[in-house]
Amino acid sequence: MSFLQLSNVTKFYGSTCAVSDMNLTVEKGEFVSLLGPSGCGKTTTLQMVAGFEAVSSGSVELDGRDITHAKANTRGLGIVFQTYALFPHMTVADNVSFGLEMRKMPKAERSERVKQALALVHLEALAERYPRELSGGQRQRVALARALVIEPPVLLLDEPLSNLDAKLREEMQFELRKIQRKVGTTTVMVTHDQSEAMSISDRVVVMEGGCATQIDNPHSVYEHPRTRSISTFVGKANLLTGHVVAGGAKTRVNLGSIEVDVDDAGFRHGTLVLLSVRPEKLQLREAGQGRLDGMVRERFFLGSQWLYTVNTALGELSVLSPNDGRPALDEGHLAGIDWPTHCTRLLPADEPALHSVEPA
Amino acid sequence: MSASKATPWWLSGPALVLFTALLLVPLLLTTVLSFNAYDPATGVKAGEFTLEHYAHVFTDDYYYGIFWRTFWISGLVTLICVAVGAPEAYILSRMGKPWRSILLLVVLAPLLVSVVVRAFGWSMLLGPEGLVNSGLKLVGLRPVRMLYTEVAVVVALAHVMLPFMVIPVWTSLQKLDPGVENAALSLRASPFTTLRRIVLPQVLPGILSGSLIVFGLSASAFAIPGLLGGRRLKMVATVVYDEYLHELNWPLGAAIALTLLVANLVVMLSYNRLVEGRYKKSLG
Amino acid sequence: MRKNGPLALLFNALVIAFMLAPLLVVCVVAFTPENTLTLPTTEFSLRWFEAVFAHPDFIQSFWNSLWLALASATLATLLAVPAGMAITRYTFPGRGFLNGLFLSPLIIPHLVLGVALLRLFALVGGTGSFGWLVLAHALIVTPYTLRLVVAALVGFDRSAEQAALSLGASQTQMFTRITLPMILPGVTGGWLLAFINSFDEVTMSIFVTSPSTVTLPVRMYMYATESIDPLMAAVSALMVAVTAFAMIILDRVYGLDRVLVGR
Repeated sequence: MSFLQLSNVTKFYGSTCAVSDMNLTVEKGEFVSLLGPSGCGKTTTLQMVAGFEAVSSGSVELDGRDITHAKANTRGLGIVFQTYALFPHMTVADNVSFGLEMRKMPKAERSERVKQALALVHLEALAERYPRELSGGQRQRVALARALVIEPPVLLLDEPLSNLDAKLREEMQFELRKIQRKVGTTTVMVTHDQSEAMSISDRVVVMEGGCATQIDNPHSVYEHPRTRSISTFVGKANLLTGHVVAGGAKTRVNLGSIEVDVDDAGFRHGTLVLLSVRPEKLQLREAGQGRLDGMVRERFFLGSQWLYTVNTALGELSVLSPNDGRPALDEGHLAGIDWPTHCTRLLPADEPALHSVEPA
Repeated sequence: MSASKATPWWLSGPALVLFTALLLVPLLLTTVLSFNAYDPATGVKAGEFTLEHYAHVFTDDYYYGIFWRTFWISGLVTLICVAVGAPEAYILSRMGKPWRSILLLVVLAPLLVSVVVRAFGWSMLLGPEGLVNSGLKLVGLRPVRMLYTEVAVVVALAHVMLPFMVIPVWTSLQKLDPGVENAALSLRASPFTTLRRIVLPQVLPGILSGSLIVFGLSASAFAIPGLLGGRRLKMVATVVYDEYLHELNWPLGAAIALTLLVANLVVMLSYNRLVEGRYKKSLG
Repeated sequence: MRKNGPLALLFNALVIAFMLAPLLVVCVVAFTPENTLTLPTTEFSLRWFEAVFAHPDFIQSFWNSLWLALASATLATLLAVPAGMAITRYTFPGRGFLNGLFLSPLIIPHLVLGVALLRLFALVGGTGSFGWLVLAHALIVTPYTLRLVVAALVGFDRSAEQAALSLGASQTQMFTRITLPMILPGVTGGWLLAFINSFDEVTMSIFVTSPSTVTLPVRMYMYATESIDPLMAAVSALMVAVTAFAMIILDRVYGLDRVLVGR
């Protein structure tokens, strides 16, 4: 029995379709991310779940109850807004206790619950401060405490980390996950940052143009992207054009100068395809010892990795090699390029028309 | 958050009632009044309508002189405000932190002091025994007659109107990317050229908008010509006052007042449209 | 930004002197012990201030002005807050018209308003009525309040309201506990600006006040057209003091620079 269910949820603004036929089931305790570029409809979907936008058609069910048309202040969901939306004229403690106040909880019980919530986010010492006296990260944690203290059935996070600087963002990512695991609240997060979505979600809903284009666990989305745009959005990919020479359980693809086998099935002979290989899957060996040779044109030092652009007969390839202590290759160096067969993917050359998929 | 279609009307209702009753209706009544016939002996003739008041306003030499004086005084005040206010705003914008806000406030705060007080202050400064003349006497020059002449009116109006020029120019300057001036200088432009070709064009909308406000307010000024112009130096506003409270010829006063209003609105709205059209394209 | 040269600084000093001159003169002359408008050279005297407080007309006018300003500012604020909400939160036909209408007293000469209201008052028997005068002043100062209220609402983070709703607040609770406190600086600033403008107003008031409702600036105007003596200077100095006091509060609550320039 799913806990939060979106069935054919659609949103029109006039004649523009912002969200098209969204189907999603979220299990109790699950952490799901809606991932996509700006304008893909992820925030609109969240707004509809929260009740701030009306649903054009479709339904939203929470724990069996239809909340599609329920007023925003009756749904009882916990929401963390992108700008945190703290009440500037109230202290941290008052901010957190606001939801409990609205539920007419007696004062003593309220302050006890507020203390617990602040302890959860490690902000007990700042209870009497005002939002303007807090740093961005602290404000975000207050917003989280305020949303969790009411023990909501679902926690909605609208780009909660986008306003933090890079270092803090990394820390908070894992902190967020830890807290969610501890409290066990079903969570839906909206983000445009793929590393954020992948690292802490149980499942990722990739969205584009108002449609959910893939719903899967993070590893599957990364290793088995369904379309070209997903594969380039969720990480970098080398895309090589070719056509299928033999179909069946394994597919043989002609890339021009070489032919390769790919584990993906279901492609017909003669179809134009894209072979997708992620840069970290490419291995650099001695010249002549790989599937093909190439010359290193540029190299960039990324700290934990080296990024090489290599000129080959198949075009320019990006290769990511770990900085494992061995000397890096110089520009102009001739190298052999190899990859494990199971690390490549075949994608249709044409982009399929956008439509929402059923949950995997 | 959806609400009924009528909600905004309910919310603005009270204000709308006040404005209809105390702005729209009175203006309408005054318009009607300006067409009413008037007899010095019997007063306003409610049922009779005539264009004679407007004819009077537009043809009589006396009124023509007053309109002309109002016009050139307002124009002169506007020019002075541009010549003094725009550079002042620029100089202030280039000052360092504490002085900048303090001096800006010093220039603008007089806006919040009643015009009567300011006019009175000027009458003390420009009077025959006033400070300026005393200062002139001190250095051996002859005292100059300023009070109850156009000079006093122009000076005092410039004082009152200057903030209205500084504000829009200052606002335009704030919108300037501070790096733009430095970019021009780095490309070998002289400071003067930078000012003329980079800063000025972007500040021009502010100057024009300020000029409109200054001109309009000067043309309809009352307290300053009243206190500093004396009985002989009339401007449009003081003439209206005379007709209403001394001559009791309300229709004529109404005609003059409405002429002033229409002139004001026409100048503001049409010039505004012209300026907006030209600058919207280049500045976005 | 490059620094200002000496010429620029001199120009600036002259402008500052020009702006402050009449106000300083008024305040200083008010302390003269003489019978005529002279600068106090030998001693500072409070005799003219005493004369003001002994002058029943001026006292009466001061109270008129004070109550009038308090009442009209309050009325203007009560009207401007819902009107501001309507204009900023809703799109509806007529919105542009309402916005223009409510701001129009800023571009309609006070002279014309005075004349028009005189006509209305004559018709409805409003001359001599304090209530009608309050309405007239409220009309004139509403644009100032409305501008600040609108600015506060426009720069408002709506997600705070959404947060309140999501936590279970009703629309009314949201408005009283969240929206209103958050726009309070704008509302209070608007009230203060309205107060100052009503207190200072002379051109329209001169047409619509009657002997019993004469305001302080009007009284001063009438007095000044007849005789010029240090009594006027003392009254003026007191008016400057009242305005300065209001300005200080306005600065504390909202920021004087924000009010004047709108940063």
